[in-house]
Amino acid sequence: MIPASFDYRRAHDLDEATRWLGELGPEAKVLAGGHSLIPLMRLRLAQPSALVDIGRVPGLDTIRVDGDRLRIGALVRHAALARSEVVRRALPLLAEMAAEVGDQQVRARGTLGGVIAHADPAGDYPTLALMLDAEIVTTHGSHPARDFFQHLFTTPLQPDEVIREVTFPVAAGPHRYIKFRRRRCDWAIVGAAVQQSDGGWRLGLTNCGPTPMRARAAEAALAEGRTMAEAALQAAEGLTPPSDLRASSDYRRHLARVLTRRALEQAAA
Amino acid sequence: MAVTQLIGARIQRREDPRLVTGHGRFTDDRSPRGCCVLQVVRSPHPHARIRSIDTARAAAHPDVLRVLTAADFRSVLHGAMPVTPSFVAEKRQVPERFPIATEEVVYQGEPVAVVVARDRAAAVDAAEWVVVDYEPLPAVVDPIAALDPAGPRAHAGAPDNVCWDVTYTGGDVAGAFADAELVVHGRIVQQRLAPTPIEGRVVVAEHDPYDERMTIWLGSQNPHFIRLFVSQALQMAETQVRVVSRDVGGGFGSKISPYPEDYLVPAAAKLVGRPVKWVETRTEAMAGTTHGRGQVFEADVAVRRDGTLLGMRLTQTLDVGAYCGTFGAFQAVAVYMAPGAYRWRGVEGRTIGVLTNRVPTDPYRGAGRPEGTHLVERMVDLVARELGMDQAEVRRRNFVTAFPFTNPFGFVYDSGNYHGSLDLALAAVDYPSLRRRQAEGRAAGRYLGIGLSTYVEICGFGPSAPTAGATGGIALVEGAQVRVFPTGSVAVYVGTHAHGQGHDTTFAQIVADTLGVPMEQVELHHGDTDEGTGFGYGTYGSRSLSVGGMAVRGASLLVREKARRLAAHLLEAAEADVLVERGRFAVRGSPASSRSFQEVALAAYGANLPSGMEQGLEAVHYFDPANFVWPFGAHVCVVEVDPDTGQVTIERYVAVDDCGTVINPMIVEGQVQGGIAQGIAQALFEEVVYDPDSGQLRTGTLLDYLVPTMSELPVPECSRQVTPSPTNELGVKGVGEAGTIAASVAVINAICDALQPLGIRHVDMPASPDRLWQQLQEVRRP
Repeated sequence: MIPASFDYRRAHDLDEATRWLGELGPEAKVLAGGHSLIPLMRLRLAQPSALVDIGRVPGLDTIRVDGDRLRIGALVRHAALARSEVVRRALPLLAEMAAEVGDQQVRARGTLGGVIAHADPAGDYPTLALMLDAEIVTTHGSHPARDFFQHLFTTPLQPDEVIREVTFPVAAGPHRYIKFRRRRCDWAIVGAAVQQSDGGWRLGLTNCGPTPMRARAAEAALAEGRTMAEAALQAAEGLTPPSDLRASSDYRRHLARVLTRRALEQAAA
Repeated sequence: MAVTQLIGARIQRREDPRLVTGHGRFTDDRSPRGCCVLQVVRSPHPHARIRSIDTARAAAHPDVLRVLTAADFRSVLHGAMPVTPSFVAEKRQVPERFPIATEEVVYQGEPVAVVVARDRAAAVDAAEWVVVDYEPLPAVVDPIAALDPAGPRAHAGAPDNVCWDVTYTGGDVAGAFADAELVVHGRIVQQRLAPTPIEGRVVVAEHDPYDERMTIWLGSQNPHFIRLFVSQALQMAETQVRVVSRDVGGGFGSKISPYPEDYLVPAAAKLVGRPVKWVETRTEAMAGTTHGRGQVFEADVAVRRDGTLLGMRLTQTLDVGAYCGTFGAFQAVAVYMAPGAYRWRGVEGRTIGVLTNRVPTDPYRGAGRPEGTHLVERMVDLVARELGMDQAEVRRRNFVTAFPFTNPFGFVYDSGNYHGSLDLALAAVDYPSLRRRQAEGRAAGRYLGIGLSTYVEICGFGPSAPTAGATGGIALVEGAQVRVFPTGSVAVYVGTHAHGQGHDTTFAQIVADTLGVPMEQVELHHGDTDEGTGFGYGTYGSRSLSVGGMAVRGASLLVREKARRLAAHLLEAAEADVLVERGRFAVRGSPASSRSFQEVALAAYGANLPSGMEQGLEAVHYFDPANFVWPFGAHVCVVEVDPDTGQVTIERYVAVDDCGTVINPMIVEGQVQGGIAQGIAQALFEEVVYDPDSGQLRTGTLLDYLVPTMSELPVPECSRQVTPSPTNELGVKGVGEAGTIAASVAVINAICDALQPLGIRHVDMPASPDRLWQQLQEVRRP
C-alpha cells in the first residue's frame, strides 16, 4: 500500500518546525524516525496533510547526565540508547528496554521522542517515563510524565509543539523489565518494569490500559514491608487492560501480577 | 541405481548466490514498456448484494485509463473459474465463480472493480473513489454453524451450505467397534492458516494484438495449468498464451490454483491495450490469497485394553470458504491418511465441505496430510493416556511392519521401517532418561512434556490413473526435455517449478551423474510455457523429485543411450561393449580406446552417424510413476510449559525422516527444517481470525497474524534413515512437506503430555499462552 498524497517539509531547526506546524494546522504531523507514523500512513489509517521532518534538526540526538537527571534528546534512536555507556551507567533499565524494542531495523531508525509523542500504551518508554516521573521538555515548555499520557495516543502536545528532550532521574539500582510477548520483535502483551529508586520501588506496567500504568498499590505494599510475592498480587489493582487477539483482559491482569513478582525477584537477586 | 559421485553429495544450492545477492528475476522486476498499474477494489463485506457501482469520479482521475467492472470483463472472460474433483468427485454444489463479483460479494476481499492507471499512486487513490453501494447480507462465519439449516446461506438463495458430504469406509468398521474394550473420543480443530510466502502474488500481462499473443508473467507453482485455464477463459489458443514464472518467493501451495487476478490482469491488458501490472499488498494477501487448513475433526477410536487399535470413525468438517478452491477438495485426503502408520480392522471417514463467507481454502504445505497426521497422532496419544500406557509403546504395538501395505482405503504404502525411525528418534533424545527428568521435574512443579509424531505421508502425485480423474483429465505425470549442444553443454527443461526447493541443484546432480558431465555443464530451465515439453505439471505435493526428477533421469538416460550407440559407431565397437564411465565412452577391455561426452556430442551433429541415426542429441521423457511414494519418520518434541503464564518453550526438537534415497542432504535438511518451522508455527503461533459476529477478518496484517521468526524457533536436530522407494529407479520419495506434516502434532502432543498432571486432556492450536492459561484456569477451578 502507498500513502495518500501529502506535503513534505524538512525543518532545519525547531523554530522552523514549529512555525510550519502552526501554518499547516492540526492535519500536519511531525516526522522523526517514522516507525509508527509511516506504517499507519501506508495502510492509510493516518492521512496527514503534511509531514514536517525534524530528522535532521541538529542537537536533538545528545545524551548527557545533568546533576541527578539523565537528559536525552528527542531524536536519540533506540540503538543509540541501547549502546550508550552514559545510559547504561545512569539508567541501565532504559538501555535494556531500548535493546528490546522491535527489531534491528526499527532500533536503527525509531526515536525516543517519537515513542513518547505517539503515546501508545504498548510502548516501553512511556512506562518508564511514568513510573520514574520523567519530564517531557518541548518547544513550548515542559510536561511531567504523569500529566502527559492522557489516553490512548493522546497527549497535551499542541499541533505546533515538538518534543526537545526527555529527562529521567538517574537510577542505577536494582531494576528489571520483563516484556512478555509471543515473538521477539513484538510489542509487549504486558510489560512489567521495576526500579529501585531513593530506597523505594517504582513499578510500571506496559499495555495494561489506555496509558502506561503505575502499580501504586503494589508499590505501597512494598513500602509497608510486604514481601515481593504479596505486593505483586496487588499489581493489577485498578487495571482494566484491553482484550485483543493476543490476550484477554483477565489474562493481562494475571500477567501484570506474575511479571511484577518475577521482575521484583529478579531485580533483587 | 547409478552409484556416482554427485547423487547423495552435499552440494551447496547453486541458485543461492544469485538469489541472496538480489539478482533474482521476480515478476515485479518486469515492467514492459508502457506498463500501467492495476488496483483492485475489494469488498469490505463478507456477504452483500451489490446495488450499484459508481465509477465516474475514479474514471475522471487524470491518470486513470479505465475503471472496469464485471460487465466489462464479461466481454473478454468466459466461463467459470475451474474446480477440480481432487479427492471428492461427488460434490453436491459448486458455486460458479467469475473472477470479479457481479451481483453478490461472498467474501471480504472479493474483487468488485479494478482501476487501471498510469502509476500506482493514482490507481490507489482512484480505487478509493469507486463508490459501491452494498446491501449487507447475513454472513456465514463458522463452518459448524453453517450446517444449521435455519442459519444464513453463504450464497443467497442456495439450498444449504454443503459443498460435499461423502463417507468413505475401509475394512470392517462395525466389527472393530463391536470388539472394542474402550472407545476414545477426540475433537480437534485445525485453524485456518495464511500461507504467507515472502513474495506476494504479482501478475504482469502484455497483449500483442498484431501477433495475437498474450504473455502473462506471474509467480506460479504450475504455469502450464495457469495457461490452460486462462487461455480457455480468454478464448485464445493455448499457443497464443505464454505464461512465465521465473523466480518465485515461496508458494507453500498458495500459488497452485488460478486466482481472480490471473484472469483480470490479462483481460485488462486486452481491454486497455497496454501492459498491466498488479502487485499484491500483504493486506490483500491476508484477505485474498487462499488459506489452508480450516477443519474440525471428531473422531472415535476403538481399542483393546492392551493398546491394540481396532477401528476409527471420523468426521472432517472442512471450511471450503465462499467458493470451492480449484484444488480445495484435495484436503479431504486427511480422511484417507487418518489411518497413519498403524494397522486397523476398519476406518470410516466422513468429509463435509462447508461453504462460508470467507476466502476459499486450498492446499497449504501438506494439504490434508498434516491434518490426518495430527488427528491420528493425537488419538493414539489419547488412547495411551486413557490406558495408562507409554505413548511409544502404543505406537510400537500397532505399527505397520510389512510392505507393501494396503491401508483400509486401498492405498498401498510402498516401503517403510516405522520401528526403525522411532527407535532412532527415541535414542537420540535418550527417552528413558527424559521420562525420568520429567518425573523429577513434576515433583518440583516443572512441566516438561515429550511429544511423539510417527507420521507417514502420501506424496509424489501421479500416478496417471487416479490423478487424471482428480484434475478432471490431466494425469499428473511429468515431462522433461534434455538437449545436448554440439559442445556438450546440456540444457534441461522441466515441467516442475522451483520456488525455493533447489531443483536447479538437485536435478543438475541427477543429469550430471547420468551423463557423466560436470554439473556446471548442465543448465536447468523451468517456468516458461514456451519452452520444453508440451505440458508441465508443476510443483506441489512433494512430487518434483519422485516424478519430475525421474522424468529428468529418464530423458538423460535416453540421451546417454543414443550417445553410447554413436560412440560405439565411432569406436568401431559393438554397442554392447561400450561402457559409460565418468563422461567417457570406452570399449570394454581396451580403456585406451574411448571418446569423451563432448566428442560424441559434436559427432552427433556431424555426418558420420550409424545408419538409421538422425542428427542431434536430445530427448523427451514423460515419467508416470507406478504408485505414490510414502515418506515417513519419527519426530520428538520436548517442551516445558510455564504453568503461571502458559508460555511454551521448545527445549529440543529431534526429527528422523526417511524420504528414501537422498540426492542432496543439505537440501533435504533445509526442507525438513523449514517444514518443521511451519508446523511449529501452526502449533504455537499462526491463526487466521475472523470476527465471530461481523465476519470481518481480524488478522489482516503481519502484526496480528503471527508468523514466527528465527528467534522463536528451535534449531531442529535432523537425522535420517534411508529406506529406498521401490516405486522408482532412484529409490527417492519426497521431503517438501514432511516436516510440516509431522511437526504440529509433535508440539501439541508434548504440551498435552506436559500438562497431563494438571488435568489437561487436549489443547487446540495455536497453543498460545492466553489459551493455555484459560484452560488451566478452568481445570483449576474447583
